[in-house]
Order: sequence, then C-alpha cells, then structure tokens
Amino acid sequence: MKDRTRVQDFDWTLLAIVATICGLGVMEIYSSTHASAMAGMQWRQLTWLGIGIAGMFVISRIDYHSLLDQAPILYICGVAGLLVVMVIGSTHLGAKRWISMGGIFNLQVSELMKLIIIIVLARFFSEVRTDRLTLGDLVKVGALTIVPAALILKQPDLGTAMVLIPVAIVGAFIAGIEWRHMAIGAVLVALLIPVGWNMRHHLKAYQQQRIETFLHPEEDQRGAGYQILQSEIAVGSGGFWGKGFGKGSQNQLGFVPVRYSDFILAALAEEQGFIGVCVVLLLYLGLILRLVDNAQKAKDRAGMYVVMGVTAILGFHVLVNASMVIGYMPVTGIPLPLMSYGGSSTAFVFLALGLVMNVRMRRFVN
Amino acid sequence: MPSWNVNDQKIPQGRLALVSYLSVIFVVLLMVGFWKLQVVRSGHFADLADRNQTRSIPIIAPRGAMLDREGRVLVDSYPSFSILLLRDDPKSLGKSLPQIEEGLGISHEDLQQALDIAKNEPKFQPVVIKPAATQADIAFVESHRADLPLLELLMVQRRRYQHDEMLANAVGYVGEVSAQQLEDSDGHYRPGDIVGKAGLEREYNDQLEGTDGMRRVVVNSVGKVVRTLDDIESIPGKPIQLTIDYDLQAVAEADMAGKEGAVVAMDARTGEILAMVSRPTFNPNDFAVRIPQDEWAKLNTDKHTPLLNRAIQAQLAPGSVFKIVMAAAMLESKAIPASFTVYCPGHANFYGREFHCWRPLGHGTVGLHQAIVDSCDVFFYNVGKLLGIDAISYYGSGLGFGRRTGVDLPSEEPGLMPSEAWVERVYHHKWYAGETISVAVGQGAVTVTPIQLARMAAAVASGGTLVQPHFLKNATNMKTEHFQLSDSTVETVTQGLYGVVNEGGGTGYHLRLQNVDFCGKSGTAQLMSYDAANRLGTKKMDGWFVGFAPRRNPEIVVAAIVQDTLEHGGEAAGPVVRDVVKLYYDKKAARQQQQAGAEGPAQPYASHPLVATVGGQHP
Repeated sequence: MKDRTRVQDFDWTLLAIVATICGLGVMEIYSSTHASAMAGMQWRQLTWLGIGIAGMFVISRIDYHSLLDQAPILYICGVAGLLVVMVIGSTHLGAKRWISMGGIFNLQVSELMKLIIIIVLARFFSEVRTDRLTLGDLVKVGALTIVPAALILKQPDLGTAMVLIPVAIVGAFIAGIEWRHMAIGAVLVALLIPVGWNMRHHLKAYQQQRIETFLHPEEDQRGAGYQILQSEIAVGSGGFWGKGFGKGSQNQLGFVPVRYSDFILAALAEEQGFIGVCVVLLLYLGLILRLVDNAQKAKDRAGMYVVMGVTAILGFHVLVNASMVIGYMPVTGIPLPLMSYGGSSTAFVFLALGLVMNVRMRRFVN
Repeated sequence: MPSWNVNDQKIPQGRLALVSYLSVIFVVLLMVGFWKLQVVRSGHFADLADRNQTRSIPIIAPRGAMLDREGRVLVDSYPSFSILLLRDDPKSLGKSLPQIEEGLGISHEDLQQALDIAKNEPKFQPVVIKPAATQADIAFVESHRADLPLLELLMVQRRRYQHDEMLANAVGYVGEVSAQQLEDSDGHYRPGDIVGKAGLEREYNDQLEGTDGMRRVVVNSVGKVVRTLDDIESIPGKPIQLTIDYDLQAVAEADMAGKEGAVVAMDARTGEILAMVSRPTFNPNDFAVRIPQDEWAKLNTDKHTPLLNRAIQAQLAPGSVFKIVMAAAMLESKAIPASFTVYCPGHANFYGREFHCWRPLGHGTVGLHQAIVDSCDVFFYNVGKLLGIDAISYYGSGLGFGRRTGVDLPSEEPGLMPSEAWVERVYHHKWYAGETISVAVGQGAVTVTPIQLARMAAAVASGGTLVQPHFLKNATNMKTEHFQLSDSTVETVTQGLYGVVNEGGGTGYHLRLQNVDFCGKSGTAQLMSYDAANRLGTKKMDGWFVGFAPRRNPEIVVAAIVQDTLEHGGEAAGPVVRDVVKLYYDKKAARQQQQAGAEGPAQPYASHPLVATVGGQHP
C-alpha cells in the first residue's frame, strides 16, 4: 500500500495558531527575563520549539494505527518507566521525575506517559463496538488511568497526574457514557472530596501547603499564597490595556513567581492587559476548536480518540493554568502549553500535535 | 486486522460538537475572571503593585552642632546605620522575628516594644529596631537580603558629645521621640525620630533639628533597590553657638570631680553663661543610641539624681550668702543706720529660742562691714529681727529669689522667698517671728538655686541690674530688670564682699588673687538643725561660695555649691570659684597680650600655671 500522506496535508491553519501562541510565548519569555540573570532564555525556548517541531514531523510519519497496535507494549513500557523513575530517578526540586539519559538530557517519563495514555485509551475506546459504555468498560478505563496517575502522584507531581484524568473523561463522554454513570461518578467525586480532605496529611508538605494556601491565601504571604497574590496583583494592575511590553513592574522586578514558565500568563496579562489576555484565550479557543474539527474529520474512531485525547490534555492545561493565574485554582505546577518555558512540556505538546497531524494526513487514506 | 481497527462506526459528531461548546463556555468564564481582576478591580491591584515596588527611605538630616563661645565643637553628629524593620507583611514578620532577634542580638521584649510604639502608624512605615548597627549587624542584614527582605539599613545621624560628661546637665540629651510626642506632633515626627529630650538639646530642638529628606526607590522582589524614583534632600539642622567657655568649663568640671554640687559661671554684664556644672552627672553619649531599660532606670532612681541639673534645679538654703541680700536690705530700707553694731557672744536669744553664731566664741562687737567679712550670724539675726520678714522678702524677691531667672533651659526651679502672705496662703497661719531670724542667715524656708545666687551677686555689685542668664551666643530679646540700689549701698556691700576675700580674717581670705578685684561671700547651710546635728554627731553641710570680679560692675560672677561636705563653704566651694575666676583673667591677659602684638607669639593661656595665691587659713 502506497503511503500517500503528504506534508501539504498538515493542518496549516492549526499550525498558524500554534506558531502565533509560541511567538507570544517567546516574546513574553524575553520580556520577563531579559533584564535578569536569566537573560537569553528565549533562545533556549526557540531551540526547544525547533526540537518539538522536528519531533512533530517524525511522529506524523508513523501511521497512528501501528502506534495503536503497540498500545499494550507502550503502556507496559510507560508504567515500567515510571517505576524505574521511582527507583533510580534523579531528584530535582524535591521531586523524582527524571531519568538521566547518559548525561545528555533528563527524560521526564511522566510527559511521555501523557502521550501513551492518549494512545492506550484511544485503542481501548475504539474497541468498544457500541455507542454505549458499560460499567465494566468504565472500570477498565479507570484502572488504566489510575495506575500511571498514582505512580506520577507518588513522584510527587500532582499536576501531571491530574492531566491524565481528562483524557479518560473526555474519551468516555464521546464513547457514550451513560448519564446515570456520569451522575454516579459525580456523586462519587463529591463523596471522595471529604475523604481526600482527611487524607491530606498523607500528602507531601508542599502539597498540603498549596491546598491550605488555596483555601486561605491571605495567611501565607511568602509561600504559595504569596505567589498567587503576586500573580493576581500582576494581572489586576495590568488593567485593560496593559502596562506595555517590558514595563510590568510585577514582572520585571520579579514579584511574579516563575514568570517565564507557569505564571507566564500573569506576566503577559500585566504587560498586555485584558486585551492581550483575550487575544491569547481566543487563540487557545481557536486551537481547541480546530482540534475538535480535526477529530470530527478523522477517518475512523481510533483517530478521533487520539485527537480528542490531545485536545483534552491541552484544554485542561489551559483551563487549569489560566484559573491558577487569577486565583481560581491552587498552584499545581501545570504550565501553559506552547507559551511556558520548558523543554519537556514543549516537546510533549509538539509530539501530541504530531499525533494530530498523523490522524489528519490519513483521513483520505484507505 | 485486529478487531479495534474495523472502521464500521460513524464519528459521534454531536458529542464532539458538545465538547466545542463546552470549550467556548470555559473560555468565556476565564475571560470573565480576567475582566474582574483587570477591569473591575484594577485600581486596587495597581495600588498593591505600586506598594510592592516603591519604598520610601528617609534621609536623616544631621542635627546642628553646639559650639562654645570660641567656636570649639562641644556636640556634633556623625553618620551611622540603623536597622529598620518593614512591617507591610505581618505574616512573614511574625515568622522572621525569632531569626531577627537571634541575628541582631535584640531581646524579644525590646523588639515587641518597638513594634508596639509604631502600631498605629501606617504599615508601610518601617520601624527602627536597632540604632547604631555594628559591622556584624550590617553584614547580617546584607547576607539575609533574600530570606529576610523585611530588614533594611538606614543611614542615620548619631549625636556625639565630644567631651562625654562635660556640660552634660546643661546640654541635655537626645532620644527617640516618645509615643506622646508622636501623637502631639501632628505628623511632624515619625517613630524612631531623634529629638532633644532635656537641656539645651530640648530647648533649642527646633533650631538644631533639620528637616529629613525622603528617597523613593524601586525595589525588586527580594528588597534590592533597583533605581531611585526621586530624592527630597534633607536640610541639616542649624548649629548653635553657646556662651560657654570650654576652658572655664573644663576647670570647673575638674574641680568638681567626685563631688556633689553645682557651679554656674556667668558674664555678670550680659548674663552669658560661661560654665555650668552639676555633679553627679551622666554621659549623654549613652542616650545617643537607644539607652537600655536598666541603665535608664538606674539613672532615674539613683538617689544622687545624676539627671538633675543642680545649677538650676536644686533649691537649697543659701546660708550666709543670703547676708548679701540682708546687707543690701538693711542699707536700702534705711530702717537701720549704717553704723549699726551688735555685740556677738557666739549666740543670741530671740523669742525665747537660742540661736548660734557659726563661731562659738563670738565675734565681739561687729559693724556691717565686719559682719560680712567674718560672716557674723548674730549681727544679721538682729538685722533680720529689725527688718521683719516682709522687708527681707521684698529685697530678696527684688534681687531675683523665689522666681525663675529665665535661663534658656527647660525645667528651671524658682526657689522660695517666704513672706507673711506666702505663709498665710500656703499654710493658713500667721508667720512665726522666730522664722525671720533663721531666714536672716539664709536658713529656714528660704531656698535658692545656684544660678539665682550668681545673678543676685552680679545684680548687687552692678547697682541692681538683673540680667537674664542664657546659653545662646548673640541671643536677642534678653530681658534686663532693674532693682534700684543706691550707690552708697552698693559701695558698702561690695567693700564687705571684697573684704571677705582680701582682708585677713575674712572667710575667703585664702582665695585672694593677685591683680584681680576678687570679691565673694561664703555660705554654709546646715542640713539639719544645729541641735539635731550635735545630737547625731554629723556635721554634713552644704558649702556655698559666690564670687565675682571686679568689685564694681563685675565682668564675671561664679556661684558654686559643694553638697554634703564636712567643710565650710569658703573651703569647699571657694577654690572652685577662685579657679574659674583666675582662669578668666589669665585668658583675658593672654588675649590682651596677643592684641598688643608684643614681642613674639603670646603664650597660650592654657600654659599659664594656675597659681592660687593662698591666703590665711580659715577655721
């Protein structure tokens, strides 16, 4: 069978939106860091972007069907990788998340696990031959998701662990979850919150701190509450039109925590104002809608589930990150995809987009 | 082909569309969230952002220096560092306190007190927690910039009293503005401001204190100053030149070392204070930095009252020095002839009570002149009896007793010149005639301050001109009072006072000086009644000497008191007065020699040996 996929069949509209978001991100990284000891960070981010784009092309060439074929092996490898991290992972900032790859770079297995869970759940959902998900199916989906999520939570990395869940939820929704199951799930979550609350003492100190802070931000002004407060000050003081590029005092003087990464939206909100935030949010909305469009045009359900898995993760990232910046959610360390500085997260997003391109290019292929 | 890959199912378009709609709703909700912060509450957050980055650092104005009459620096200021505590973040403040206490060696109580004083001030005003930071303190603050961003260094101006205890009671001291002063100042002062608390520091605080400037700076998240927004320069306080003569002060201080008492030297013509000593005293440098609680308590409860300026605040019986007033009253009132004589057998009986003369064997028959020279008590008992208390009171008050001299120092005491009206007003009974006899020799109810005695002697010798004593050189609006004394009265009294020092047998004969018309009067005040003293076998007395020169229209007048002494005034206090007067004339001679521009450079006055021409020994 002749491979008739062509690069021309990439979703260039989607990539234009992606490029715009990345451009705004690089610009804001430059603005946040150029006057500090971290100057030059934008070049490193551009390097990550380059690597990511290359990865996107590579992954788009491998037929997603063959990837889905290997789903069980990928899943086992992913879980094994997470176990390896627990044993020999290198510790950085109090968390074990990385496997040192011969000193060249540190592989963050949990980022890889995000891609694997997309593929594994896509495979699982496409095996459901009906439009109705049985309770047994739901339990299996839950189990497949919980195992890696629990391992990641153990690292500890609450943010990444949480990110796996929307893939399952969105997938289950599309696969035809029954309304009563959805209702039972909602009730279960509601019941689990108090249990989780009582379990909070088993969390790591910094996780407890973050929850405390989220509930009582005014009581902790130098810790995470300080971060949220400073982020809110940055956003609020930006006003409607913003203070101008490179002129945000909260950003430039370092009051906004990790302003080039997790809180990059706060930095942008301060300097570009409500207008700038709206442009960014609309770009992300465009990205999501375009992704859904790709899902709708997918050749088969498997491809659709792959694209929606990517959509779920990216949408969840944007929602949680933007909510955190304005104090609607606790600090969980979830970056803003495509804008926040960072190698692993940038690489993940482009590999995920590579999966999307993969599905798109093959919509006319038999 | 595996079962999962059978493309037999349609894409569920409806559910996917639902996901799209859900995304739109989420984005709209996020926008509403940003709208709330960036539009609805943007003013509030703009304020917070501003407060985050701007910090106001006061630029402390140096306090004006104090110079002596020849321009020598007595008190000045020098730059030093204070450590400030920023309070805008109460939560981290509470957490950091133990580390700060440890690092800077401040007790928890002191730190808490500093915070309490400022608790009503705006939160963005920092509190001074450690004045006079040491090198180690500064290093501590610098090295903890990141984890203790609420510590700040502030350059301040610290008061320096060049000669420590010298002139301390007159100069006073500075200290941190009190909570009460803060409230009263109507925003003029901030917590931690240094103000004059006593003495000249307080009296001339308005001139001495400058106007602090303010520097507004932009700081980053770890409190490091990034740039200066604006600078309001400080205006240094104005220096004041005092009438004090450092050399005379030094001699008086040296003579009073280890004693209890006071010295006032004054230009008799103008009222310029040349020297003022009070002993025991304190070191005002101890106050320049915040004084420790226990130190302060010690100074305040010390029964020798080191903080009391005895020269203007000690109200004491003048003893025989009061006889100058008695002599003037006797001659001026003309109730008693100038030729009045009394036989002194060493004691006399008035109103059924025995009164003693200081010389138990008596003076024999004495007239006014001899009574002054020998300080005969019996003579003045009789004068007092003949004059009556109201006449004595009239002349005493006229010569400045019982009211403040108006010296430019806070808290001067008025002393007391009793009269019949006073007794009736205060004690609601008639004046006991016997009291008059005691008052006649400066005992009983009459009390004076050393500065009043100096002023009175100057007034008598200059024909009744009462000057206003003052410390400020080139002072204007000095009030001069006239209490007319006839020339013959002045002549007779001053001849007597000249005799005290210059006639053999005078109570101050041992004090006489060559080529100086040095006059004076000794006084010895009993601390308890004669009988009680004899009974207890203690002879502790207050020894006075008031001297001036020359005899008519004197240039310099000096009053000295040595308290709690076993010696009579002539011996205890006389040499102090003589040394000051002698140095005054030595300096004057050196100055004239220099002006004459004679052969070679004039010898500096300081090298003139202080030769006291000691005369006959007085018992």
